[in-house]
Amino acid sequence: MISDLFSLTVLVGILSSGIRLATPYLFVSIGETFSQLSGVLNLGVEGQMLLSAFAAFYVAINTGNLWLGLLTAMIVGALMGLAMAFVTVNLHAQQGISGIGFYMFGLGMSNLLFQRMVGTVETVQGFPTIDIPLLSKIPIFGNIFFSQNILVYLAFLLVPVAWFVLNKTTLGLKIRAVGENPESADSLGISVSSIRYFTIILGGTLSGLGGASLSIALLNVFQQNLTAGLGFIAVALVYFGGWRPWGVLAGALLFSMVNALQLWIQVLGIPIAAEFAVMMPYILTIVVLVLSVSKVRTPSALTKPFKREG
Amino acid sequence: MKSRLNAILDALLPLFATLAALIVGAIMLIILDVNPIVAYGALLEGAFGNTNALAETLVKATPLLLVGLGICIAYRGNVINLGGEGQMIVGALLGTFVGLSISGLPGWVIITISMVSGTLAGAFWGVIPGVLKAYFNVNEILTTVMMNAIAVQLMSFFLTGPMIDPAQAEMTSLIPQTARLDEALRLPRLVPTRLHLGALIAVILAVLVYILLWRTTIGYRIRAVGQNPFAAKYAGIKVNRYIVLALLLSGAFAGLAGVIQVYGVNYRMITDGSATGFTGNAGFNGIVAALFGQLHPLLTIPASILFGSLLVGANTMQRVVQVPSSLIIALNGLVVIFVVSSEIWREKRQHKRLIVIKNEDNGELQSDENAQDSVEKMP
Repeated sequence: MISDLFSLTVLVGILSSGIRLATPYLFVSIGETFSQLSGVLNLGVEGQMLLSAFAAFYVAINTGNLWLGLLTAMIVGALMGLAMAFVTVNLHAQQGISGIGFYMFGLGMSNLLFQRMVGTVETVQGFPTIDIPLLSKIPIFGNIFFSQNILVYLAFLLVPVAWFVLNKTTLGLKIRAVGENPESADSLGISVSSIRYFTIILGGTLSGLGGASLSIALLNVFQQNLTAGLGFIAVALVYFGGWRPWGVLAGALLFSMVNALQLWIQVLGIPIAAEFAVMMPYILTIVVLVLSVSKVRTPSALTKPFKREG
Repeated sequence: MKSRLNAILDALLPLFATLAALIVGAIMLIILDVNPIVAYGALLEGAFGNTNALAETLVKATPLLLVGLGICIAYRGNVINLGGEGQMIVGALLGTFVGLSISGLPGWVIITISMVSGTLAGAFWGVIPGVLKAYFNVNEILTTVMMNAIAVQLMSFFLTGPMIDPAQAEMTSLIPQTARLDEALRLPRLVPTRLHLGALIAVILAVLVYILLWRTTIGYRIRAVGQNPFAAKYAGIKVNRYIVLALLLSGAFAGLAGVIQVYGVNYRMITDGSATGFTGNAGFNGIVAALFGQLHPLLTIPASILFGSLLVGANTMQRVVQVPSSLIIALNGLVVIFVVSSEIWREKRQHKRLIVIKNEDNGELQSDENAQDSVEKMP
């Protein structure tokens, strides 16, 4: 019963699932960090995830090639990103609403294709666990951190890479400049449109990876509304993390650990209303948003379309 | 002459957007090896083919209209409410709870109390993001989405726990649903179909919202805050208060939509565990309807009927040509994208018009334009 929760095996299990479940949040939130820093709120990531999750799943069950599935998912995500970029950058559409459009498109389309092309519940042999030599042999830590599938490693690797690109490269500087003050960036010869196209498409590609990580690495199934709001949380995590990759990592782990805990509570049959456990991270996110709003600065041009004068 | 042409073009933009979405849909159908004419024919037949179909369309349109009215108010006040789903859920939860626990009063009294409590619950769910936006500067897009997720968990808790149908509790199936409401608590039906009083209530409310927005000081202030918060503040309007009010009203309408769904259609609250399981995505589709109705409460009526018909027709289409009804969700998404994308042409024409009007010295519009200029110049 409750005491079961505190046995070593269960704790290791919870932490290990928590690390694994952070994967989709990380991919999507890091991508969203890039687009938000350049001034674009992409609320459509949930739709991008759904459609690419289906694409990865479909290619994987039909070709048996997981890498091909992953690639397809990235392409689908990138294409949806391209469409979002066109609508946002060229047509100045209101981002909060166009994002909902992309969400609904992805939700409907993924289910349509799934029912039409697959129809029944099928599982796919997802990415296998890779034990990192030596490291995975460390007691406890090895099981938690170094016995995961390839996408988990990639997602965690993405955090320092994103930090480096955003803080230590000219590209990162340009992205921030475009999100803070597009007019000055423009006058310095930075193409606001190209930077935003780049970040939104990058975000789409990473959302594609995030979707694929669900359908061919973590859950290994596809079903209607597979993501169940995960993409929206990923957007909130960017605010939560204060537009910093390490902050996003902290938020992603918070959500995934609580999810893991709740899964294990169900597995062990502990009579606690899991709903309240699941609710906690949402409430906590709101609280963090309230507390951090005065400390962390939102990119000034976020959600504002750039119109060149003249 | 030219301005009338422009006005007509503006009004037709959403129709063009829908047409474009339907054309994309037709292409997708062809790719899926389905004859689009047959499919759309089945859709029309299912939505309008006979009295029952028409009534079903109106039943589906009702929550869209109610949510859409709230969206009109919120978006006119320049707050984005994505929390319709959650607001519907808490409205229905409280409304159902009240209906199931009160007895010994006439049916219509209990119905009224339930509707009021559901509306208040929805309003409360809207006030939280409203206060957070107005006084703590927290983005309402995020908080309304978070509030949706919290509402889903509340629903799941109550419908599988304290409020579960005793019959389900005895069986092992444990479908998340409440007990059935007493017969006296069902909203009266208007004609011998499933069309219920809620549809009429929604239409009356649409007129009231129109009056609120364009014929009262409160409505004027909400719109003023939405158009230009700086100018509104300068004019002495307590901007924060109207931000909260816009989200409160928006939530209230969604909450009412939730109760009416229970008292008019299902007579119990039932879900499959997801938000959509109860709301049927009305919290988001209501946004589509309101946008399509150009955020005008009266235009939202036909817009809701249109999207209601798509939803009902989609089921027939699914039966006749085996195209999953989720095609319509995808098409609705495209409509949203096309409508917000086409705004740019409206703006361009409006810009041209303003220049013309400026020369003719039209007071109101000109001051709008000036106010906007001054905001853009603010540091």
